[in-house]
Amino acid sequence: MTTTKPLLGAPTARLEAREKVTGTARYATDYPTDRTAYAWPVPATVVRGEITAIDATAALADPAVLAVLSHQNAPRLRETDDPFVTVLQSPRINHRGQYVALAVATSLEAARAAAEAIRVTYRCEPHDVVLTPDHPGLYKPDEVGVGMPADREHGDFDTTYANARVRIDVVYETPALHNHPMEPHSATALWDGDELTVYDSNQDSSGVQQALARLFGLAADKVHVVNEHVGGGFGSKGSARAPVVLAAMAARTVRRPVKLALPRNQLAATIGYRAPTIQRIRVGADAEGHIHALAHELVTQTATVGEFVEFAAVPTRTMYHAPHSRTTHRVTRLDVPAPSWMRAPGECPGMFALESAMDELALACGLDPVELRLRNEPTVEPDTGLPYSSRHLVECLREGARRFGWHDRDARIATSREGRFLIGSGVAASTYPAFVMPSHAEAHAAADGGYEVRVSASDIGTGARTVLAQIAAEALGVPLDSVRVRVGSSDLPPASVAGGSSGTASWGWPVHKACTELRRRLAECGHAVPEQGITVAADIAEELDDREDFARHAFGAQFAEVQVDPVTGETRVRRLLGVFAAGRILNPRTARSQFIGGMTMGLGMALLEGSTMDREFGDYAERDLASYHVPACADVPEIDVHWIDEEDPHLNPMGSKGIGEIGIVGTAAAIANAVHHATGVRLRALPIHPDALLTRLADQLGLA
Amino acid sequence: MKEFRYERPTDADSAVALLTDAPGAAYLGGGTNLVDLMKLGVAAPDLLVDVSRLPFEEVEETDGGGLRVGAAVRNSTLAARRMVRERYPIVSEALLSGASAQLRNAATVGGNLLQRTRCLYFQDVGKPCNKRRPGSGCPAREGVHRDLAILGASEHCVATHPSDLAVALAALDAMVHLVSAAGPRSLPLTELHRLPGDEPHRDTVLRHGELITAVELPPPVPEARSAYRKARDRASYAFALASVAAVLQVRGGMVHHVRIAFGALAARPWRARTAEEALLGQPATEEAFGEAVDRELAAARPLRDNGYKVPLARRLAVSVLTDLAAPDAGGQR
Repeated sequence: MTTTKPLLGAPTARLEAREKVTGTARYATDYPTDRTAYAWPVPATVVRGEITAIDATAALADPAVLAVLSHQNAPRLRETDDPFVTVLQSPRINHRGQYVALAVATSLEAARAAAEAIRVTYRCEPHDVVLTPDHPGLYKPDEVGVGMPADREHGDFDTTYANARVRIDVVYETPALHNHPMEPHSATALWDGDELTVYDSNQDSSGVQQALARLFGLAADKVHVVNEHVGGGFGSKGSARAPVVLAAMAARTVRRPVKLALPRNQLAATIGYRAPTIQRIRVGADAEGHIHALAHELVTQTATVGEFVEFAAVPTRTMYHAPHSRTTHRVTRLDVPAPSWMRAPGECPGMFALESAMDELALACGLDPVELRLRNEPTVEPDTGLPYSSRHLVECLREGARRFGWHDRDARIATSREGRFLIGSGVAASTYPAFVMPSHAEAHAAADGGYEVRVSASDIGTGARTVLAQIAAEALGVPLDSVRVRVGSSDLPPASVAGGSSGTASWGWPVHKACTELRRRLAECGHAVPEQGITVAADIAEELDDREDFARHAFGAQFAEVQVDPVTGETRVRRLLGVFAAGRILNPRTARSQFIGGMTMGLGMALLEGSTMDREFGDYAERDLASYHVPACADVPEIDVHWIDEEDPHLNPMGSKGIGEIGIVGTAAAIANAVHHATGVRLRALPIHPDALLTRLADQLGLA
Repeated sequence: MKEFRYERPTDADSAVALLTDAPGAAYLGGGTNLVDLMKLGVAAPDLLVDVSRLPFEEVEETDGGGLRVGAAVRNSTLAARRMVRERYPIVSEALLSGASAQLRNAATVGGNLLQRTRCLYFQDVGKPCNKRRPGSGCPAREGVHRDLAILGASEHCVATHPSDLAVALAALDAMVHLVSAAGPRSLPLTELHRLPGDEPHRDTVLRHGELITAVELPPPVPEARSAYRKARDRASYAFALASVAAVLQVRGGMVHHVRIAFGALAARPWRARTAEEALLGQPATEEAFGEAVDRELAAARPLRDNGYKVPLARRLAVSVLTDLAAPDAGGQR
C-alpha cells in the first residue's frame, strides 16, 4: 500500500465536479419531500416602528394557503440577541425589509400570491439610516471581530506624527457591499415528532444545528442539518439566517415539509452585508520612507439589534513596522439591516485604505511603492511583539514585481498612453490571518479495504471535500479513490464554520490525526480489519491549547494594470497578478480558483460594487444582479496567480494557511493605485465609477 | 396565484383583435422584460398575446434600397446579419452593447423598443412611482437617480429609456410600422416614445392594441460614416450611463449630413436636432462639434447625482464625431 506521488500538493479535480455539472448535486431545496409546502416571506415596508395590525383574510381565502405566520401566531423561539434568526417574535420593526409575516401554501405560486395579499399596518417612527463621520451615535465597541480590542495604542503617536518629516493624512471610504452568492439562502425543513431535519444552504452545519436547538428548545441531537452542497456564501451563510428558522417554524405549524428559497431581491435586507466604512489614515515618516507614526481610525455602522463591527483597522496592527501607532474602531447604531461577515471582513476594506495610503506615502517620499514596503518590513508583529510563524511578504513583492515587469514601467504619473487610453499600474500588499478552530473528525477502515472519513465540514464550492480526501489518503498512505469523505451534515463529528479561511486547517488537522492513528492501528493488527471495521475519532483541542505563541498570517502582493478612457472615465483592468505566501498549497487547482475568485471579487469592489442607501425608504436600492454589479466576464482579464513555497512548521500537520479570503485583500488598492498612476487622480471612495473619475479627470488633464 | 391567459395567434389581425377587446392584455415578445415585471408585480396582464412567432421574422431589403426588419426578429439575429453589419453597422454595435448573449437570443426588435425603464422605484411595488401608479409621486427626484434623465424629464418622472437599439435607430431616421384595429400606420421612431410630462405612465404614443410589425431603415447615406459608443459601469450586461449614435458625412471639410442621438439621457432616445442644425454646413472640427453639442445640452436639468451625464454625453459625442470626421486618425469607419 504505497503511493508513488504525494497526494498533498497534487492538482486533484473536485470530487463532486461531475455531480455539479450534470445537475445531480443536491442543494438545499432540491431534496424530494412528500406533501411539500412552500413558504414566501413578507418584508416590512417601513423602516422603524411597530406593526399595529395584520390582515391575512384575503391571503387565507385561497384554499391552497395553509397558514400565514406572524408575530401574533408564530411558534415562540427562545430568546437570542442574533438579529438574523429572531424572526416573527415581536411587532417591533428595526429596519425596512425585516420579515413581518410568512405565507405557507401547497404551491410556490400560491405562497407568493398569498404573501402579496397580506395587509400589514404600521405605526411609523422617524428613522436614521445614513452613516456620517461625526455621527452623534458613534461609540467605542467593547471588542471587534472575535475578541479583538477596539483600540490599540503604542508609543506616542500624536507627537511623533506632528514632528514627522513626511505626513499623510487622508480619509478613505468604502460603500456597503453585498455578498450575493449564486444560490440564495434556502432551506427545506421536516419535523418527525420533536426531531427536526433541515437541508439548509449554510457554511456551518454544526453551528446551525446548535442555533436551531437553542431557538426551538431541543437537544442538539434532535436537530439534523444537511448542507451537502452549497452554492457560495462569502460569509453570509456563516451562521443561521432567517430561511432555515422560518422553514422550521412553518413546517411545525402546517405539519408538512416546507421549502423556502429567498428571492434575490430580499437578500440585501436580510442576510448581512459589509458595512460601509470611513477610514482616516495618518502616516508620519522620515524622508527615506521609514514609518514612525501610523494611525488607522475607523467609523462604521451596525444595526439597532445585535452588533457587528467591520474591524478594518485590525490589519494595520500586523502589516508594517511603526513604533508609534493607533488603531481605533467607532460604530454607530442605525435603523439599517444587520451587517455581518463578507469575504475578509476587516482586512478587505482596511487594506484598501492602508495600501492606498502606502502608495500616497511612496509618492510623497519619491520612492517606488514596492521599495517603500520593503523598508517598513517588521521583524516581529508590531502590535503583539510576537514573532511571525512565517512571513514572506518581501518575497511576494519581489517575485510579483519580477513577473509583472514592475520595474520596467514608466513610473511617472499620467504619462503612458495606448491609443486614447491612459495606462497605469499599481501594487498593494495582502494579508489574512491563519486561523484554526476546534473540530472533530473520524476515520474508519472497513473490512473490505475501503476507508471513510467523517467530519461535519462545509464545502461551499471551495473544494474542501477534495482536499480532505487528499489529506486523509496521504495520512493513511492509500490511493485517493479508496477514501470516501463524508461532509455536509451535523450528524458527523462536529466541526467549525467554513469561514475565516480556516476550513482546511481546522478540519484537515483532526482528519490527519485520526487517519495517522488509524494507520498505526492497522499496522498494529497487521491490517486484519474486523467485520465492524475500525473507527478512530480525533479532535484537536489539546493541540490548539499547546500551540506556541506566534503571529500566524498569510501574505501576498497584488499588481494591477488598468486602462482609463479619458473620454468617459471608464476604467477597465488589463492585467492582475497575485503572488501569495500561504503556507503549503495542498491542491494547486482549487487553490488557484480561490485566489482568482477572491481577486475577481476585489476587482468588483474596486470598480463596480456598492449599495446605495435610500435615505427616504431606508433600504439598499440595488437588489438584483442587474443593478448590483458584480464583474461580468468582460470585466475580468487574465488573472495570473503564483505562490511562494512556504515551509512553516508552526501551523498544522499539513503546513497550510487559509486561502479563501486573502485574494480579495489588496486588490482594490492595487487597482485604485493603478488608476492614480494612469491619471493622476486619487479617488479615495470606492467604487471607482466613471462619473466619479470623470470630473476629476477633466481637472487633471485640462479636458473640457 | 395570479392567473393569466396565454394566446399565440398566427396572424397579426388575430393578435390585434385579441388585445383590442381586452383592456388588461399585453403583447409578449421575447419576454425578457415583461416576464420580469410580472414577477415583480409591476405588470399584471390578464392575457398575454404572444407575438414572437407572428410572420415578422424577415430582414429584407426594400425597393428603395433601405432595410425592413420584422418586429419579431431576435436581437442576436439582427446584429449578426451581414447586410446590417455592412450597411448599418451602428445597429449591430448598439445591439451587441446591450444585455447578454442569452438575453439577445430571446429579445425581439419590437419588444426592445417597448421595454420599460429600469428606474429602481418603477421596479419596486413597495414604493411610489408615477409611471407605475399615476399620482403616487416620484421619489427618484430626491432619491437614487444616478442613472436617470437629464433631458425632457418632468417633476412627475425622471425615468430613462434603456434601449441601445432605439438610439441607433433614432440616428438612422428609422420608421416604425404599426397595425391596429383602425388599420396600419407608420411613425418616425423618434416620435414613438413620449416625454413624461404629466402622464409618465404613457411610455409611447401607441394606442392600446396597436402592434409594431416592422422597423424600416432608409438607404444608408452615401459616404457617411457612423458609430455607436456607450459608457457604462460594467464592461458588459449594463445599461448605459450615456450613449451616442452618430452619422456624419463630411464634404470638403464641411458637415454635409449629420445625425446625433443620445441614449440614457431621457425617456426616449434623444435626437440632438439643435446640435445637428448648428453643425450643418459648418467645418467638421472638434471645436464646432463641442459648441453644437453644448447648445443641445443647454436644455439639461440634472438632479443632485446625475450631473455627470452632461460632460459625459458631451465628451462622448465630441469624441465620436471627431473620430468620424478624421478617417485616418483613429476613426472608427
